[in-house]
Amino acid sequence: MADFNKCETCPAHNPGNLTRLGINMEKFDFVVALAGNPNTGKSTVFNKLTGLRQHTGNWPGKTVTRAEGGFAYGERQFKLVDLPGTYSLLSTSTDEEVARDFILFGQPDVTVVVVDATRLERNLNLVLQVLEITDRAVLCLNLIDEARRHRIQIDERRLAMELGIPVIPTAARSGEGVPALLQHIHDVAVGNFICKPYRIKSGSRELKQAVEELGAKVLEQFPDLPNARWVALRLLEGDQKIIDAVKNGEIATLIRDNSLRPSSKNLQLEAR
Amino acid sequence: MTATIQKDTESILATANKLRWEIGEDFHDSLMEAIYEDAAAISEKTVTLPDRQPKFDLERTIDRMVTSRWLGFPIMFAILAVVFWLTVQGANYPSQLIASVLLDKVHPALKILAASIGTPGWISGLFIDGGYLAMAWVISVMLPPMAIFFPLFTLLEDLGYLPRVAFNTDSIFRKAGAHGKQALTMSMGFGCNAAGVVATRIIDSPRERLIAIITNNFSLCNGRWPTQILIAAIFIGGVVPAQLASIVTAAAVVGIALLGIFLSLAVSWGLSRSVLKGEASAFSLELPPYRPPRLMQILYTSLIDRTMIVLWRAIIFAFPAGLVIWLVANVNIAGTSLAEYFIHWSNPFGLLMGLNGVILLAYIIAIPANEIVIPTVLMLTVMITGMHELGAGSGVMFETDSIAATGNILQAGGWTLLTGINLMLFSLLHNPCSTTIYTIYKETKSLKWTIVSTILPIIMGVILCFFVAQLWRIFTG
Repeated sequence: MADFNKCETCPAHNPGNLTRLGINMEKFDFVVALAGNPNTGKSTVFNKLTGLRQHTGNWPGKTVTRAEGGFAYGERQFKLVDLPGTYSLLSTSTDEEVARDFILFGQPDVTVVVVDATRLERNLNLVLQVLEITDRAVLCLNLIDEARRHRIQIDERRLAMELGIPVIPTAARSGEGVPALLQHIHDVAVGNFICKPYRIKSGSRELKQAVEELGAKVLEQFPDLPNARWVALRLLEGDQKIIDAVKNGEIATLIRDNSLRPSSKNLQLEAR
Repeated sequence: MTATIQKDTESILATANKLRWEIGEDFHDSLMEAIYEDAAAISEKTVTLPDRQPKFDLERTIDRMVTSRWLGFPIMFAILAVVFWLTVQGANYPSQLIASVLLDKVHPALKILAASIGTPGWISGLFIDGGYLAMAWVISVMLPPMAIFFPLFTLLEDLGYLPRVAFNTDSIFRKAGAHGKQALTMSMGFGCNAAGVVATRIIDSPRERLIAIITNNFSLCNGRWPTQILIAAIFIGGVVPAQLASIVTAAAVVGIALLGIFLSLAVSWGLSRSVLKGEASAFSLELPPYRPPRLMQILYTSLIDRTMIVLWRAIIFAFPAGLVIWLVANVNIAGTSLAEYFIHWSNPFGLLMGLNGVILLAYIIAIPANEIVIPTVLMLTVMITGMHELGAGSGVMFETDSIAATGNILQAGGWTLLTGINLMLFSLLHNPCSTTIYTIYKETKSLKWTIVSTILPIIMGVILCFFVAQLWRIFTG
């Protein structure tokens, strides 16, 4: 049944001259973040792309810090950052903070959200939160082989239309879909594909108005902020770290300091 | 400039405050609700689930069994026991094979080579009889069990069994006032305590994280498995009929591992009711689907990433430790070596605990790596008992052709079943290795908690061994 992608899973197949650079990434053109729920196979995707052997295991919470690696594709160099798995970006646990802060302040050029195709609905919660933060994202619909095994069908084109970002079904363990994933990461990074990310529509009118109003105000003070809406959300929620960052104007410097270019500065926003 | 920033940000925060009042307390909940609603709507449009659930779902059935209230724990112990049994059974022969090459062939060859180029005796003693032999011993005694144990452990991990263990033990950990995820970090500790300590980062609350760090040492790490397995095989497997020996040995090792889990819980309970008071926080644990294990990947990860890294570490520590052992055994003051001074001085304390001075000195020398405890013990025993014809000379770590030969040496050194049992207990309950201690310091950034984590197990070990020894002596006269 899964024989139609023999080429992709063949070890000799090498799309777009993918060069796995391992940890050798002194210079790079783009930063790509890998986010996703725990145990969706982020580390497997990471290893597939970088040729590194970040330890993978079938249990949630295995990646506690971020891992970095590099690959070259279509004459561009990419730096890939594997973030700890998180269910949400809205709570304040340490591992979630690492992921959240990186997507928010590290300003990756592309955020790849890895989801478990067999548990799409639950995984979408995180996808929607990521899309609130960033404009440039790719959905990696991983474990598609397992979904097939469970006879779950996913209309990935419809999903891509709904979310406004590329959706690529993959089975990273066998390599299926990895070439397409690379192509789309590349396209989003260089601007060949312009995302129109889904923004949360439900919720009360007061809530939406409040986010709009505050978001505008934040943007007025910090015009460089790429995700004022998210900062507004956090302020409304009373996130003390973001409040402090706004209060002392650090929110602007956080972005500059953590944009990882040209040198990779460690992004632990020290939890005080 | 600064002033204007302050003023403007004040207004942002003021607006946020005002709006927060308007939306009300349940902002977080209503936001989450909105996200869930949208996610459900999108998934509704794009996902088609199979029309009917199959009547028999294998995964669910397995999950019901391995997480069942009654079967969960017995299954867990059975799996552990099978893993150890395979390790004990499989490791002996390759161990002998490696030993016969590295020790019977390479070692004399090195000595002859050194002599032929005119190397002074003390240099060839220090580096070949000390450093090289320590390394060779570590490789031959550790590599085979690790090469069997780690693939099996990785197989369980890859299948998805570990989260089920956490699921089973979660309620017990919560009752002990610890975090349910401590079950996972504890499992990591069975591989390596330093790795287990790093893994505690998955626990958010600092209180529960500290508990997990302090108690991680109660998970037998792989540096201690060989000690446990060897001593259990000699002293416990040795007193039962031969056909039962490996089963009883495996059972004894499982028993020590279970005692470790029990103490882990007991200490967590004690800490969470005294110095680290607080409520256990809730968390959600997703039981991942069972995934067909990838055998090649498992072999690769476990052999290269785990076995080789651990072995490398052992070798790095074994070499200098071998030098130290040779020195303390060969540097004499008034005709008595430094090692003998210490052993004679500490022997009364050791005997009081059902151990002896040799074991105490071995544990001091072996602080960098638990892996070298047994080689050190053997070397020191030979030296003290004067069984020079057995070894390759004073202060030389040597191999023994079989487990039985190791047993003969230890029994000649005055070891009894009690010494064996207490060494197993003390191996479970002593200070973490120096790597782990350093890792604890790096993770907690606190000298106080590092000291607590280091000293607490020693105190417990001394007390437990003391009582076991006293009871033993009362009952056996």
